[in-house]
Amino acid sequence: MAEVTLRIEIVSAEREIFSGQAEMVFVTGILGDLGIAPGHAPLITALKPGNVRVQLPDQKEEIFYVSGGMLEVQPYIVTVLADTAERAADIDEAAAIEAKERAEKMLAEKVSTVDFAKASVELAEAVAQIQAAQKLKKRLK
Amino acid sequence: MAVAKEIRTKIRSIKNTQKITRAMEMVAASKMRKVQDRMRRAQPYAKKMLQVIGHLAHGHPEYRHPFLDQREIKSIGVIIVTTDRGLCGGLNTNLLRATLRRMKEWSDQNITVQLCLIGKKGEAFFKRIGGSVVAQVDHLGDAPAVTDFVGVVKVMLDQYLEGKVDALYLCSNEFINTMRQEPHLQQILPLVPSENPKLKHYWDYIYEPDNAKELLDKLLTRYIESQVYRGVIENIACEQAARMIAMKNATDNAAELINELELAYHKARQAAITRELTEIVAGAAVV
Repeated sequence: MAEVTLRIEIVSAEREIFSGQAEMVFVTGILGDLGIAPGHAPLITALKPGNVRVQLPDQKEEIFYVSGGMLEVQPYIVTVLADTAERAADIDEAAAIEAKERAEKMLAEKVSTVDFAKASVELAEAVAQIQAAQKLKKRLK
Repeated sequence: MAVAKEIRTKIRSIKNTQKITRAMEMVAASKMRKVQDRMRRAQPYAKKMLQVIGHLAHGHPEYRHPFLDQREIKSIGVIIVTTDRGLCGGLNTNLLRATLRRMKEWSDQNITVQLCLIGKKGEAFFKRIGGSVVAQVDHLGDAPAVTDFVGVVKVMLDQYLEGKVDALYLCSNEFINTMRQEPHLQQILPLVPSENPKLKHYWDYIYEPDNAKELLDKLLTRYIESQVYRGVIENIACEQAARMIAMKNATDNAAELINELELAYHKARQAAITRELTEIVAGAAVV
């Protein structure tokens, strides 16, 4: 059993997946597989969808699947910034087009300037309604 | 007894409404706790991300990523986060009011505003009052995923890279506590790089592939996505808190109303009894 361990943190935007000490970490980098032992030189790379294998100090192994992301290595800290889903340029592009289309559909009549007067009247009305309701409640008490 | 019967029917209907509002209050309370938990779980990622970006930016002072560059501001992109559903008090109204105030200031300075709307309430509002909406997404539910925002974020980032907007703001509610939520306008682009005092001596990463730009690009995009995600999650927590309070008020109001109606009911009932008695006594007197 090795004396030296490194700290591994696997986080995604939605939650922390794993955090703890490990003897060695294996990941699938964009240029190939990587094995990281304690004291590794600082490194940063993108990850391909694949497994992150963590060798724990008690000789057990934990395996996590990540759908891509980034790996940051500092001598005794390894951070995996995992993506929550597989990402590719064309998927992103498709999502962007969909968001745009939805906006265009929404503004079929295409009014591109904000009617501030109308907006403030509308919002003032909403606020007045809420205030009136509160006043009414106080009066009832 | 006609009046008493009418009142009784009314009391029953209010009691039914009260049941619904009480249930909604409890549902909102439990959802709020869940969302708060999600909010907390999203923190480590953003924190780590910022550290790595800080390292990268410091390691490459010669390369300025456009996301970090301050430009003269002629146009501003605003991502406005609203709820999909109503019955949450003045939450959306307050947010839209705060946003509109800023938009008015900008338009007075001849800065154009491009909008990106998340949530149905904002959509309905800007549909009525107009505005240049470039991207829109709704029906996210209570547990949206980061991937739900990839599209809208990409549209806004593209706009920024193409120079159509010179700054990007995120407008959402800030969760202060259960009783208080406040509109919050946060600048997400250009990123203000944090000074990292820990970095005394120069060191740099090994890059794989050997292109810091590409990696930084990816990191920054992910970071901004995670910021938007956090904003939306926080806004959902606010929505649930606001709905909880609104429904609690509604339940209390219903209870008050029932009290009053019950009083009126008893009065009516007693009046009816008294009248009957007088009639009987009067009848007996005649005999």
